Amino acid sequence: MAETVEFEGKSFNVDEDGFILDFNEFCPEWIQLVKKEEGIEELNEEHTKVIDVLQDYYKKNGIAPMVRVLSKLTGFKLKHIYELFPSGPGKGACKMAGLPKPTGCV
Amino acid sequence: MVDVPKPEELIKVDNKPPAKGWMDVPPDISAGKYPYPAQPKSLKYLDLPNPRDWSPLDDDWQLPENWKEIVHEGLKERLDKYRSLKVFMDTCVRCGACADKCHFYIGSGDPKNMPVLRAELLRSIYRNDFTAAGKIMSLFPGGKRLAGARTLTKDIIKEWFSYFYQCSECRRCSVFCPYGIDTAEITMMGRELLNLLGINIHWIKDPVSNCFRTGNHLGIQPQNFKEIVEFFCEDIEEITGVTINPSFNRKGAEILFITPSGDAFADPGTYTFMGYLLLFEHIGLDYTFSTYASEGGNFGLFTSAEMMKRLNSKMYAEASRLGVKWILGGECGHMWRVINQYMDTMNGPADFLEMPVSPITGTKFENAASTKMVHIAEFTADLIRHNKLKLDPSRNDHLVVTYHDSCNPARAMGLFEEPRYVINNVCNNFYEMPESTIKENTFCCGSGSGLNTEEIMETRLQGGLPRANAVKHVHDKNGVNMLSCVCAIDRAVFPPLMDYWVPGVDVTGVHELVGNALVMEGEIERTTNLRFEPLGDTEGDSDE
Repeated sequence: MAETVEFEGKSFNVDEDGFILDFNEFCPEWIQLVKKEEGIEELNEEHTKVIDVLQDYYKKNGIAPMVRVLSKLTGFKLKHIYELFPSGPGKGACKMAGLPKPTGCV
Repeated sequence: MVDVPKPEELIKVDNKPPAKGWMDVPPDISAGKYPYPAQPKSLKYLDLPNPRDWSPLDDDWQLPENWKEIVHEGLKERLDKYRSLKVFMDTCVRCGACADKCHFYIGSGDPKNMPVLRAELLRSIYRNDFTAAGKIMSLFPGGKRLAGARTLTKDIIKEWFSYFYQCSECRRCSVFCPYGIDTAEITMMGRELLNLLGINIHWIKDPVSNCFRTGNHLGIQPQNFKEIVEFFCEDIEEITGVTINPSFNRKGAEILFITPSGDAFADPGTYTFMGYLLLFEHIGLDYTFSTYASEGGNFGLFTSAEMMKRLNSKMYAEASRLGVKWILGGECGHMWRVINQYMDTMNGPADFLEMPVSPITGTKFENAASTKMVHIAEFTADLIRHNKLKLDPSRNDHLVVTYHDSCNPARAMGLFEEPRYVINNVCNNFYEMPESTIKENTFCCGSGSGLNTEEIMETRLQGGLPRANAVKHVHDKNGVNMLSCVCAIDRAVFPPLMDYWVPGVDVTGVHELVGNALVMEGEIERTTNLRFEPLGDTEGDSDE
């Protein structure tokens, strides 16, 4: 069930796991909100690179890239992505980038 | 997301039945115990009734005003349409042969997960509304209960939602039923009735609506599908030195190849996909991918017969449009139930296609004479049998492999020997799990039929316990470190299941093993497997 989350003057419609329901609602404040949840103190260039890659891919293709493609495009191994985003590429990075969760045989 | 208990806690299964009778025990619909409901946008996209924002935690599920009539008429229509349902409703003598065969019952100890009782949830309404005995008995005080009948209430709808989504439609119970009652079809009918009220789950409806929009569950668009396959080809070239140029939507190809989109997205299925590409290159197969029929799976099966039919039709429409002779199907699980048990009378017979004949060996696949669709394990087993593949099984020597019979290929099409024949030709170390847990007795992964969603992880781990227990047996006894299977849901759900119950066992598709063993013409010396792990080193870095 959709819920509305308020943060720093913005409001976001999110799903049960706190993912934004509509990518168009994404804004810099969203990153700050998820950053707090993820326990990331300060975003560095590598975090930003992952988010940019995810968003570019999503804008072009309408879905998140598979993990192996994300690794290739960023040059980061999966282990390093977990270091950057403790909840992993899906629940951490995709969530922060404002992408929905993939469903199906995954 | 609710935290999952530790394995030493979850293994303590309480088999003591509740003090009250089953009709008086309400379902546990608390956080972590139910899959998230479908989002209204998916229902609107599919023209399904009652799209709304709701939560199973709400008291009021916002059912349509005439909900009772909808369910009654819905059940009546299905009893008329499917003689099987009527027989299944009438013939059960409650002998209990099925009771302890269900992985969800074994793992949870909840009596309503006994298949007989799960069916009673619906059968009790059938008795009340549609049988003379139920109607007559209800005239007397206490008579209704004596007849096993009850009047439909909103609480029963909630109970159905809880328990019809704790059944993975695996059909292990039906193997043991002396009457052959197919409890999966009872669950399917239960879910159909719930769908009429707009009660459905996100993990099923999102893939179904994606499939309508883009041709596959994940929502991969045509240009993206092509890019993904080309990405696999680049990795193959790096590993083997062999250049592969597959075709897409190519008219006049001999064979259309269809596999679950999960293999084009999620590891370790992606390595199985690379295995297919290597195999087809190895034998010079004249085949094509479709970016429209880009899904082997069919989550319509977990929704309604109508939805299954709608999703299945695109495979055949595409085969016809491209003018191929027949369809080769990849390592998908429930696709094969749809193909073998429903397709023929739903969208078939596919007379516009030809009887499948292997262009390499000349073998006629007469078992697929009507559906015109051949399972890749049969196809590859036939190639090996005719000595058409150059294989080096020693490349898989670091693996000690067992094979999980994925429920639907096993019980819905009897595919037992072909995958084993393939594995034994591409691997040197293979061990079977105990007889009572393989082939037609196979235990479900615990997450089939659209239940592979994370918010019900505890239920999934309970349901997966019997399978994991059998893997643990061969892990401890024979050192098994690789669980192979032929289903994309398996490949997605076994990694967390193994990490939880049997750490140290990894998961693979059969054609990943094939891809690693294939000696390609003109290949460079292989230093890694398809996962970029150094050959012969199980401790390698699998993080790519």
